[in-house]
Amino acid sequence: MSPIVELKDVHKSFGSLEVLKGVTFEVNKGEVAAIIGQSGSGKSTALRCMDRLETIQGGSMLICGHQLHDTDVDLKALRRDVGIVFQSYNLFPHLTVAQNIMLAPRMVKGMKQRDAREIADTVIAKVGLREKMDCYPEQLSGGQQQRVAIARSLAMEPKLMLFDEVTSALDPQLTGEVLRVMEQLAADGMTMILVTHEMAFARKVADRVIYMRDGKVHEMGSSDILRTPATPELAAFVSESAEH
Amino acid sequence: MIYNFDFGAVLAYWPLLLEGVWTTLRLTLFSTVFGILVGAFCAVVRTGGPAWARWIVSLYVEFIRNTPLLVQSYFLIFGIASMGIRLPILLGAVIALTVNIGAYTTEIVRAGIESIHRGQLEAATCLGLSSTQTYLHVIIRPALERVYPALSSQYVLLMLASSIVSSVGVEELFGISNRIQSETYRNFEIFVVLGVIYLLLAVLVRSGFALLGLAIFPRRRTLGTPL
Repeated sequence: MSPIVELKDVHKSFGSLEVLKGVTFEVNKGEVAAIIGQSGSGKSTALRCMDRLETIQGGSMLICGHQLHDTDVDLKALRRDVGIVFQSYNLFPHLTVAQNIMLAPRMVKGMKQRDAREIADTVIAKVGLREKMDCYPEQLSGGQQQRVAIARSLAMEPKLMLFDEVTSALDPQLTGEVLRVMEQLAADGMTMILVTHEMAFARKVADRVIYMRDGKVHEMGSSDILRTPATPELAAFVSESAEH
Repeated sequence: MIYNFDFGAVLAYWPLLLEGVWTTLRLTLFSTVFGILVGAFCAVVRTGGPAWARWIVSLYVEFIRNTPLLVQSYFLIFGIASMGIRLPILLGAVIALTVNIGAYTTEIVRAGIESIHRGQLEAATCLGLSSTQTYLHVIIRPALERVYPALSSQYVLLMLASSIVSSVGVEELFGISNRIQSETYRNFEIFVVLGVIYLLLAVLVRSGFALLGLAIFPRRRTLGTPL
């Protein structure tokens, strides 16, 4: 099986601060990969590079067939293939749930109102919020907003979904409802890469766990590495996370 | 001291007063429409345009905000006319008011645009929206909704400030009143009547903006809360 995501020796600096110091890993189609690690280990930056929100300065990055280190990479095509969900939801506050979801299909794919609405109905059902279609974001809880954000990404029918600490702003109860939606997505065969602090979720859903430390992949493997870490650093990280 | 009030003498001029009201309203309407267009455009340039264009816009904004409207009106109507370009007086007044209000609108809309969180832009970018689409649907609309109360006040001020163009010869409400005053010598009465008319006009303009706001901002209409 050929990988849908391929990072080779990726380097990225902000000014004189080197954040990614040679990151290499692959993710296959249909896999769920969890990137874990301390704050400042570069995991969110790595994820943001995958959607070209940040540009890389060294190495190569192949995402859904797009070479991101090329200067003439087709960003529009890349963003059709890749969906991303952020920690802070970033729903458009002046639009209803339905309008949030339909905006990109209409603007980017040029869909008619009716076709876009059909897609919106499908994806909102996937996140279980059919009755909220005409609400505005501020009328929803954080967990509901995040589920709408997931639906909004799904409406573009991406091949790869990126999740950047999507439950970090939520209390445990709301975290659960978002994780259940993600679990269902994984079960449906979506390729997913998530930066997360939810160890239990990573253990349960991830096919591949990538432990980043100091701008590099320190340890990588199946979710078994969370039970039996090979390096003392990951062992310490896992036991620290368990305390919280 | 005995003073015999005679409002009748002033109110007898009602057809003229009405004409003045009509001119003031037209001045306000046209300057409002053009002012918002100029202001929104300049705000976009000032927040997202190339460096040279930003520089020109900020020069315009600072120049207008730091000189009197009276001087600007004289310049645009008499200054330019002396160079041989003669505009109809009402058109000149609309241009002067538009240039003036456009600068203030630029600053207000710019504040709105800058209040839009960076995450909104990233979300739009990642969904594949072009920068024009992002500006139209994700930045300008919520920015305008957010600063709409400030904009409304500014445009009520514009209506009141339009009285200044009477001094370049526009026969709007204030200009007309001056004429009535010089014909009747009823200074007290005419300015009381004038004050009441301006007050009513301000209420009218304010209500107009409130209704327009409900029409163009469905979120506000539904929730009634500020964005």
